[in-house]
Amino acid sequence: MDLFEHQGKEFFARYGMPVSPGEAVFTVDEAVAAAERLGTPVMVKAQVHTGGRGKAGGVKFAADIDAVREHSGNIFGLDINGHIVKRIWIEKASDIAEEYYASFTLDRSAKKHLGMLSKEGGVEIETVAEENPDAIAKIWIDPVDGLSEAACREWVAASKLPDAAVEGTVDILQKLYTAYTDGDADLVEINPLILTPQGDVHVLDAKVTLDGNSEFRHEDYGQYDGTQPRDEREEAAHAKGLQYVGLDGTVGVIANGAGLAMSTVDVVNQVGGAAANFLDIGGGANADVMAGALEVINNDPAVKAIFINIFGGITRGEEVANGILEAMQRVDIDSPIVIRLDGTNADEGRAILAPNLTNKLMMEETMLDAARKAVELAGGT
Amino acid sequence: MSIFVDENTKVIYQGLTGSQGSYYGRLNAEYGTQVVAGTHPKKAGSDVDGVPVYANVADAVAATGATASCIFIPAPGVRGAVMEAAEGGVEFIVAITEGVPAHDEAYFYNDLKRNFPNVQLLGPNCPGIISPGKCNIGITAGHIAKAGGPVGIVSRSGTLTYQALYELKQKDIGVTTCVGIGGDPVPGTSFIDCLEAFEADPDTKAVMMIGEIGGSAEEEAAEYIKNHMTKPVSSYIAGVTAPPGKKMGHAGAIVSGGKGTAAAKMEALEDAGVRVGHNPTEAGELMAEIVASL
Repeated sequence: MDLFEHQGKEFFARYGMPVSPGEAVFTVDEAVAAAERLGTPVMVKAQVHTGGRGKAGGVKFAADIDAVREHSGNIFGLDINGHIVKRIWIEKASDIAEEYYASFTLDRSAKKHLGMLSKEGGVEIETVAEENPDAIAKIWIDPVDGLSEAACREWVAASKLPDAAVEGTVDILQKLYTAYTDGDADLVEINPLILTPQGDVHVLDAKVTLDGNSEFRHEDYGQYDGTQPRDEREEAAHAKGLQYVGLDGTVGVIANGAGLAMSTVDVVNQVGGAAANFLDIGGGANADVMAGALEVINNDPAVKAIFINIFGGITRGEEVANGILEAMQRVDIDSPIVIRLDGTNADEGRAILAPNLTNKLMMEETMLDAARKAVELAGGT
Repeated sequence: MSIFVDENTKVIYQGLTGSQGSYYGRLNAEYGTQVVAGTHPKKAGSDVDGVPVYANVADAVAATGATASCIFIPAPGVRGAVMEAAEGGVEFIVAITEGVPAHDEAYFYNDLKRNFPNVQLLGPNCPGIISPGKCNIGITAGHIAKAGGPVGIVSRSGTLTYQALYELKQKDIGVTTCVGIGGDPVPGTSFIDCLEAFEADPDTKAVMMIGEIGGSAEEEAAEYIKNHMTKPVSSYIAGVTAPPGKKMGHAGAIVSGGKGTAAAKMEALEDAGVRVGHNPTEAGELMAEIVASL
């Protein structure tokens, strides 16, 4: 789950990190009122789940209230990499002497936590990594040991931050690591972490991704779920508990298992079509789940044909076949359906489907043939 | 022969008294797996289909001599269950459960490496392991696999593992062992662990490896194959057309920051001499060609 910048800052503040006071607002009037309460100058910052806000004109300095009105008016509704700005964070402006970068994430290859610290902040860390890799000090942390103060000091020393920034940075990094582990984050990133002319180290931006699998031990996760960027289709699928990712094509895909679903999307593309979605209905393909999946796909106006790709493992072919027929009675499907059913008791399942086959419900023997048929029906080979 | 598990492997089921655990425990036992015990802290002395239940893994090991454990415990309890199994004395742990927090996985992976270096963990979020005709631990439907050899299978995806087994069975090709390593960010067993074991197993003559987008495990496997494998390998990578930044069902299956793409993985594998199919059927056909030429 990705957090907005302001949610990330609130998350950091709970772990004792220094962030600026601010308010999240949804209208220009609210923006003005917030700026009046905070006192100008303020920063007017678009809240979207994507990078490049500054370049797109989504982050502005406002010296007075008139500027707040003007900038927030321009930023609301702005399209930043396909994300429309609906919420703005008004924050007390900070004086900046220097900008740094700090983050923790899991290094899947090393199977340890990776901390990165750089005195070259304020720009994309990927750019720094490419152009000046020596400017990034890295530390690999064994989760069993955690991050000791001594190790943290050694790491900060390696980053060659100026002396004035060392104490504040050591303190923030230890708190950031606690937020990362106790908060079950996949990523915590501060860019920039700043040194003020007064000598304070301060968090000026926050990028936080939380691990949805940890929701059971974090009551606060619920509030972030509603602010995830999902299109209408994804929202409907999410409400039904389906694993769905919206894509741009015309062939609706339903498969059991994440790997097979991904593979189905690939094969549709390989035979010259384009998948409208990725949808994994999981291990059990019963009528309820199948009906829900068909409903979600049927509501996507781009879909011209549906490809149901099921490999029965523990789930038996006849259950799948009955599930599909029952679901079709419950949901009025507009597009033709092509089924490929294989695996456990596939013959029994196919026998159940056979008398029900029409020009709206077709069956093919193999995954490739079924993909070709679906693409042909969608009119796109 | 087979790798990791065979007909002599005695298995404890942590969570045998639950709905999933009892269902798959029964199926595994029917397949011929030595299902010798279950555990539940409050149900010691009872049984499930005649399989005795003990209070914990240590008691179960003491009573049965089991060397493996299969975990069907809900995600919040998996960290505790894995460590209980290791402390209880088993050498091979299969964690089927999906949805385990990544921080828990990173923690117990490192804890095991340090304090229980002889313990091999498979999973979490995996279908399990099957040495066809001998032992089936987990949720794979046993009858879709043909016993014998000469092929070993290792896969990150559950249903694609079944697909691979099935493709080979249709072609009358047997399998020594099929390992589902799971789609999570920190799998206990890696591709390389399996490739190494298959390379050492005299009955495995070729390996089918099924990967997917995300991480760099396939690239690392390619490096290993290039430098250490004498046996031929065929492969398939799912997610060629996956858009960046979207998790495709598995917690680990995501293309982020331009890393973990299928194209990069396929290139690395081909560079290592692996024959890469563009879909599961093609990978099966490539393996049939390899087997025919053995």
